[in-house]
Amino acid sequence: MTAYSITEPSKASKWVAGLLVAFYTIVTLLPLVWIISTGFKSGPDSISYPPKLVFDPTVEGYVNLFTSRTRISQDAPPPPAETWYDEITRDQGMVITGPSRFGERFMNSVIIGFGSTALSIILGTLAAYAFSRFKVPLKDDLLFFILSTRMMPPIAVAIPIYLMYRELGLSDTHLGMILLYTGVNISLAVWLLKGFIDEIPREYEEAALIDGYTRFQAFRKVVLPQAATGIASTAIFCLIFAWNEYAFAVLLTSGNAQTAPPFIPTIIGTGGQDWPAVAAGATLFLLPVMVFTILLRKHLLRGITFGAVRK
Amino acid sequence: MHNPIDIAARATPRPVARRLRGLSDRAIAWIFVAPTIFLLLAINIFPLIWTIRLSFTNYAANRPNREVEWVGLRNYSRILTDADTWANMQSTAHFLIWTITFQVVIGFTLAWLINRKFKGNDLLTTLIVLPMMLSPAVVGNFWTFLYQPQIGLVNYAVEAVAGIPASSFSMLGPGGWARWAIVIVDTWMWTPFVMLICLAGLRSIPDYIYEAAEVDRASKWRQFWTITLPMALPFLMLAVLFRGIENFKMFDMVTLLTGGGPGNETLLTSIDLKREAFEKWRTGYASAYAIILFVTVFGLASIYVKALNKVKER
Repeated sequence: MTAYSITEPSKASKWVAGLLVAFYTIVTLLPLVWIISTGFKSGPDSISYPPKLVFDPTVEGYVNLFTSRTRISQDAPPPPAETWYDEITRDQGMVITGPSRFGERFMNSVIIGFGSTALSIILGTLAAYAFSRFKVPLKDDLLFFILSTRMMPPIAVAIPIYLMYRELGLSDTHLGMILLYTGVNISLAVWLLKGFIDEIPREYEEAALIDGYTRFQAFRKVVLPQAATGIASTAIFCLIFAWNEYAFAVLLTSGNAQTAPPFIPTIIGTGGQDWPAVAAGATLFLLPVMVFTILLRKHLLRGITFGAVRK
Repeated sequence: MHNPIDIAARATPRPVARRLRGLSDRAIAWIFVAPTIFLLLAINIFPLIWTIRLSFTNYAANRPNREVEWVGLRNYSRILTDADTWANMQSTAHFLIWTITFQVVIGFTLAWLINRKFKGNDLLTTLIVLPMMLSPAVVGNFWTFLYQPQIGLVNYAVEAVAGIPASSFSMLGPGGWARWAIVIVDTWMWTPFVMLICLAGLRSIPDYIYEAAEVDRASKWRQFWTITLPMALPFLMLAVLFRGIENFKMFDMVTLLTGGGPGNETLLTSIDLKREAFEKWRTGYASAYAIILFVTVFGLASIYVKALNKVKER
């Protein structure tokens, strides 16, 4: 760029733009700040009016999230508290009866999320390579078909899947959910990965083929390393989808393979939802995605537009 | 790409690559594509065909032993003549039109401001984008807390800014606010999506066009309407396409926020479909409903894509 450009916005307009965008950022992040801060409030603080900006932080919400409790009865006083979290529950007039199901649900999210991501990436990379490099009959139709599968409302897909899984014994299993999420994600994975592989010059592989590599070796030793960034960002997109998915999870899973999104809204305290515990669960659940989003920011646009906009 | 390897690689004649050892390209192509095709057939195509078949029956999934009757097109005609269906379609249209309008206006404005390239615009962009990556269910659930009439942050903010008493209205209760409550949350979540795409569009406009306009003494206002907006339009339209498809399917966030209520005020078609299929267990009827929705999205999207391609060609 030259030292002076007539198209460069003026200093004043930059300031105004910066201030307006900063204002929007603050407003838009307020609900997220509220989720995180509510997780560290006590029950009464969380529902006080006017809403409390300054409060005594406590991990009560987190303790409640991971435990199930009952009220201390007057006739049978409980044994003295042994641990710090016992003590926190005693302060609320409760006694811990055991762990809650949140840990399990969170682990289910991890297993199903990572399982379906791994499968989507393995299958997707192979298919994307074939679409990118070979003449596959009906290639254009296939890609359109892959995209159009995303137009089905999830509930519409859930009806036959529900019946099919009931027949096959896959209802409420990790395997069933992994296969289902892979089936939904694979279209995105193939489409994105094809975009990334298209960008790797064919000449690299051709040089390798001349050097005596087989096509498969060339794929493994030349294309895969080159596509690593693309594969990583595609993986994060698949993971985020599986992690956030709610409709299939709530309809097709219950006791065994239920993930965290259908579970978190069901966290109930005494008299309505236990908001600090809900907020604590939401925080633990949302934070990994926030971190991934920040890591992914360079490829974000490409992922959310199915590779239609590459920047 | 000017390094020697690239240049050498480019000089390699193409036909050489055809000489292969091991499997033929054709075989490799099929081996690589087959698992994906199989999975898509099992998870997408087979279920779709099954849904079409079920849509002509009176099958009920909770009574698998009952005899299944073929009812022809009765499910379809019932759905299309049911006034409730059309009321739900209207709720969905209200949701679609207003979310897209707000997201386009706010998203484009933000992109236009961020494109001034002030210091720190990258950081702010990353922060703004956060809401759209989060779980709509978990976030939707938490918004019910923000919308609480007695204790919620939203009512408190309205009282503080506009002076309307916080306990005098309820965003999710009766009073007609619920359909706006879901528009607000969706706009909060997805404005960054429109913003990102618009930003890519604005950044794709080369500087020399503006330079030429300056030389011709075109006003900033005129530059905006004759250069900025038309050139960013294909991107904007693409954003609208994605948001349109996604919001037509909307289920998770609104289910957690309102569950379709109060009454049937926010009963979007997807939520209605879920009730028919998994609460009333009218599987055949719901299958027909699902096919109608799919055909609607597919048809509208196809027409829209044609329009989008025309704009791109201009």
